Amino acid sequence: MDYLDKLESRTIFIIREAYHEFKNIAMLWSIGKDSTSLLWMVRKAFFGKIPFPIMHIDTSYKIPEIYSFRDKYAKEWGLNLIISRNEEAIKNGVSPDKGRFECCNALKTEALKQAIKKYKFKALLLGIRRDEHGIRAKERYFSPRNQDFLWDYKNQPPELWDQFKSGSDDNSHIRVHPLLHWTELDIWKYVQRENIPITNLYFAKNGKRYRSLGCLPCCSLIESNASNVKEVVEELKTTRIAERSGRAQDKERAYMMQKLRSLGYM
Amino acid sequence: MEKENMNLVIAGHVDHGKSTLIGRLLFDTNSLPDGRIEELKKTCKELGHDLEFAFIMDSLQEEVEQGITIDTTQTFFKTPKRNYTIIDAPGHKEFVKNMITGASQAETAILIIDVNEGVKEQTKRHAYILSMLGINQLIVILNKMDIVDYDEKRFNEVKNIILNFLDNLKIKPLYVIPIVAKDGDNVAKPSDKMKWYSGKTLLQGLDSFQVAGSLTNRSLRMPVQDIYEINDKPILVGCIESGKLKPDDEVIILPSNKAVKIKSIESFLADKKEAEAGESIGITLNQLIPVKKGDIICKKNDLAVVANRFSANIFWMSKNKINVNEKIILKLATQKTECVIEEIKQKINSSSLKLLEEHAKELREMEIGRVIIKTLKPIVIEKFNDIPGLGRFVLMQNSEICAGGIII
Ligand SMILES: Nc1nc2c(ncn2[C@@H]2O[C@H](COP(=O)(O)OP(=O)(O)O)[C@@H](O)[C@H]2O)c(=O)[nH]1
Repeated sequence: MDYLDKLESRTIFIIREAYHEFKNIAMLWSIGKDSTSLLWMVRKAFFGKIPFPIMHIDTSYKIPEIYSFRDKYAKEWGLNLIISRNEEAIKNGVSPDKGRFECCNALKTEALKQAIKKYKFKALLLGIRRDEHGIRAKERYFSPRNQDFLWDYKNQPPELWDQFKSGSDDNSHIRVHPLLHWTELDIWKYVQRENIPITNLYFAKNGKRYRSLGCLPCCSLIESNASNVKEVVEELKTTRIAERSGRAQDKERAYMMQKLRSLGYM
Repeated sequence: MEKENMNLVIAGHVDHGKSTLIGRLLFDTNSLPDGRIEELKKTCKELGHDLEFAFIMDSLQEEVEQGITIDTTQTFFKTPKRNYTIIDAPGHKEFVKNMITGASQAETAILIIDVNEGVKEQTKRHAYILSMLGINQLIVILNKMDIVDYDEKRFNEVKNIILNFLDNLKIKPLYVIPIVAKDGDNVAKPSDKMKWYSGKTLLQGLDSFQVAGSLTNRSLRMPVQDIYEINDKPILVGCIESGKLKPDDEVIILPSNKAVKIKSIESFLADKKEAEAGESIGITLNQLIPVKKGDIICKKNDLAVVANRFSANIFWMSKNKINVNEKIILKLATQKTECVIEEIKQKINSSSLKLLEEHAKELREMEIGRVIIKTLKPIVIEKFNDIPGLGRFVLMQNSEICAGGIII
């Protein structure tokens, strides 16, 4: 087994563990490279017949290519796709110019809360990685959230030897993070090896590309000439720029990310 | 060739310099993203601190404010030899379960000791935890040599104390290195202030370690994780703990002892003829027999032990105490059963390693017990040193882990 095989095997183990433990689960698909890689491994874990829905939280501000990519592969891979939007907030015109924090909170966190309530999900699979951002380095593979979605990072249950927290009786749900141990570069190498379809937004056009995908107004392009997966892998081997540097939420306030996250942001 | 990755935990008493060392390692190996130092300077200024290397790691608001690590953090650096993931384990007593969570993912460890303060309570407890987790590639570093004027005598004093203590735990560090994390002496570069030390620098020491070997050459043990019906056939899924398997192998399913043959290895988007330790796979059998999560697949004539009573060392880490004969859930690989601690033969302090009581009636937070466990259902086990994955277990109450244990 090589290094990527080991990462993949552990991820598949965690996906299967989550499904066995909670049954009523969903995977969040942002259409970005991480969650698309996670989806790829979810397909492998269940031999192409995924026994739970794949959910896209749609803020309505996503980059247009994201929607077409989503619909194409949802069909091709036979996904049970759920699209969740906080329609009321969208109707009321919530937008980043009225405050990024409020916007993320209403269009992502609230939309997710509504969906969990509607479908009564016990656990959600998310494609976050420890190397993405300092705060994410503190995550567990199985991370409980209480009814109000709060994350008590100071008092997290221990995890050892592939034994995780199991379901509990209160109304909380568990966030499951099967990609926690991957780095950005690992993901790209895996995308390259497995030939995973990835939206073109990650590849340079006229000297610019997206390194991290979010909503159109809050994501900026980085300078890059990497126009395919191979070139992205090469670029990342030498870069010294943080991955989420193009993300407005992270820059705005030193601790906005931590606050968003403890309030239930993905 | 892909560079290999090694998981490294840094353990030690609070304030002995873990965070500073990590900041130093990232800085000296050029592993910090551009702008990180500036960002930190700004954050520190907002909070009224001077910039300290230590803050590179402490990313929670509270951690920066209080200047202590609460939860484990992971970060990455590389040397020409390999990539490292550093796991920072909090050095506060109240965060021991976070420390264990971090350390259980590591294959190598650094134990850091402030040479001026010497060996403290958490130094010893962390050393015990490293030994319980079976991490035997260890480097001890004696930090803050600047405070003791780079004195060789003081270095040797503390070195002897810690070596003696580690000897009780049957661990022998590969190196004991005098460093100054703050200035970088003997971290990436040899120190010109400690000419008396001619051993390896920390990075040289780390690079001389081996990545954990595969268990493919051991006996086959595949814990069944789940059974899926795909296209009307049952597929047994799981991760192979040790050994290897292929179609037509004659296997026994434990604990029921049924003999069957492997019919196929199932995979999606790939074609597999053989599978080995570490792989998450799916298989089908040549007969339809009842199989459930927790069953262990072994090769014929090479079986694991089936038992409902065994001896173990456990480390209790929940605030709630546990009594002898109190019902609790045991999880071992994919097996799960109710059990009781039938007997606590010895109760031991996890820092001093002193015997607290023989034939004790209860265990409290941070106590070690040498115990006999009795399970409701028979379970499949191994000695930890033979097949680690079947020789270690956790005990759970209210769906949370409250103890880790090793079968002896
Ligand atoms: N003089 C001296 N001080 C150090 C050294 N390493 C760390 N320190 C200081 O010791 C204190 C605790 O260090 P820190 O890295 O936060 O310890 P941690 O609690 O183990 O993470 C800080 O004030 C550091 O500046 C060293 O090599 N020499």
